[in-house]
Amino acid sequence: MNFIVKNIIRFIILILLQVTIFNNIQLSGFINPYLYVLFILLLPFNTPPWLLLVFSFFMGLSIDVFSNTIGIHASACVFMGFLRPYILNYISVRDNYECNIEQGLYVYGFSWFFKYALILILAHHSFLFIVEVFSFNNFGDTLIRIILSSIFTLILVITSQFIISKK
Amino acid sequence: MKNLLQVIVRFHFTILFLIIELVCFLLIVNNNNYHKTVFLNSNNAISGGIYNKVNSFSDYVRLTKINDKLSNENTLLHNLLSENYKLSADSFFFYQDTLFKQQYVYRSAKVINNSINKQRNYITLNKGRNQGIQTEMGVVTNNGVIGIVKSVSDNYSTVLSLLNSRLKISAKIKKNNHHGSFYWDGKDYRKARLIEIPSHVDIKIGDTITTSSFSSVFPEGILLGTADEVLPSSGGNFREIIVLLSNDFNQISYVDVIGDLLKDERLELENEVEK
Repeated sequence: MNFIVKNIIRFIILILLQVTIFNNIQLSGFINPYLYVLFILLLPFNTPPWLLLVFSFFMGLSIDVFSNTIGIHASACVFMGFLRPYILNYISVRDNYECNIEQGLYVYGFSWFFKYALILILAHHSFLFIVEVFSFNNFGDTLIRIILSSIFTLILVITSQFIISKK
Repeated sequence: MKNLLQVIVRFHFTILFLIIELVCFLLIVNNNNYHKTVFLNSNNAISGGIYNKVNSFSDYVRLTKINDKLSNENTLLHNLLSENYKLSADSFFFYQDTLFKQQYVYRSAKVINNSINKQRNYITLNKGRNQGIQTEMGVVTNNGVIGIVKSVSDNYSTVLSLLNSRLKISAKIKKNNHHGSFYWDGKDYRKARLIEIPSHVDIKIGDTITTSSFSSVFPEGILLGTADEVLPSSGGNFREIIVLLSNDFNQISYVDVIGDLLKDERLELENEVEK
């Protein structure tokens, strides 16, 4: 129950943060941080895969509703949610993941979380920006946007973990 | 059925992912104008390409039929060749332009009878009322004025040749716009006279004589000929100029008949003033 409430609160807070603050950050047109992916990163390990997809979809759709881009964020989030179980398998720790434990920065160490977040954020941002442009013209520009935004989002995600864990 | 269910259960994650992505893309395409246009455009490109391929194949299959049709058409066209028929179709079109109102319409016609050795020479053309020729239309070649249409029948028209002592047209010296009357004196078929030119007017041999804007028949500036000889004024204030005609009336074969679309308006206005 606690997890559910916590996740719902996180869901709402992340949407508000994203819509009110981060959507307005556009550094030189190339850096658009999308902190809301943190919600998908931090869903419990034992979330059923199908539920993961549904959550991802609604997370993305909520952002879409606010930024007037119906479907774009949703598709990227669903893609990210789809990859998450495979990524978890790929960079699994020696023991199996413990049930109901949220993966935070210090559960399995900084480098594990860094790898986990990096891959998923990169996947999400790649999907998002490519769908946004909807063509492979000027792919160089899109690539720069993906990389810069991913770095910025990653910094935000890790910073937010530091802030939360210190409390 | 059982197997299908098993497959669905086994791959439910992937299947669900694909379904949701599909829904997402439907949402994207339906809700974002930009994506919609890109999607539709690429769709057209793909289907267009496929249709092209299909088309080229079916064209190839139908070649025999098309060849038959073409050869039939060739025979038909051979039968329609102009040598076999009297040319009756018009070879002109109206040029519609909102900026410039077309005033003159040119219709080409063939000279089928001509004379130069009489005092009153007439030319017969192979086009008449049915082809849009009316009386008092100007007749020219690209070398200059030929005459004025005098009467028309359904398919023929007679032209008052410039070589007709009854025809007098308004002419001017091109370089200084002095007007005079132009007529043929009935002597030499290559020379005509320009009279009523004031004696002070500067004119030299070789100056160009063209039609003037006073005429309601010819557009301004159509070539009549060049000054060949300037006769001294015989006591009066006017001089006569012998003009070497630019057209060789013995050789004309194709002419253009000029229809003035605004002629009625002009004459109506001028008549109104005279009343």
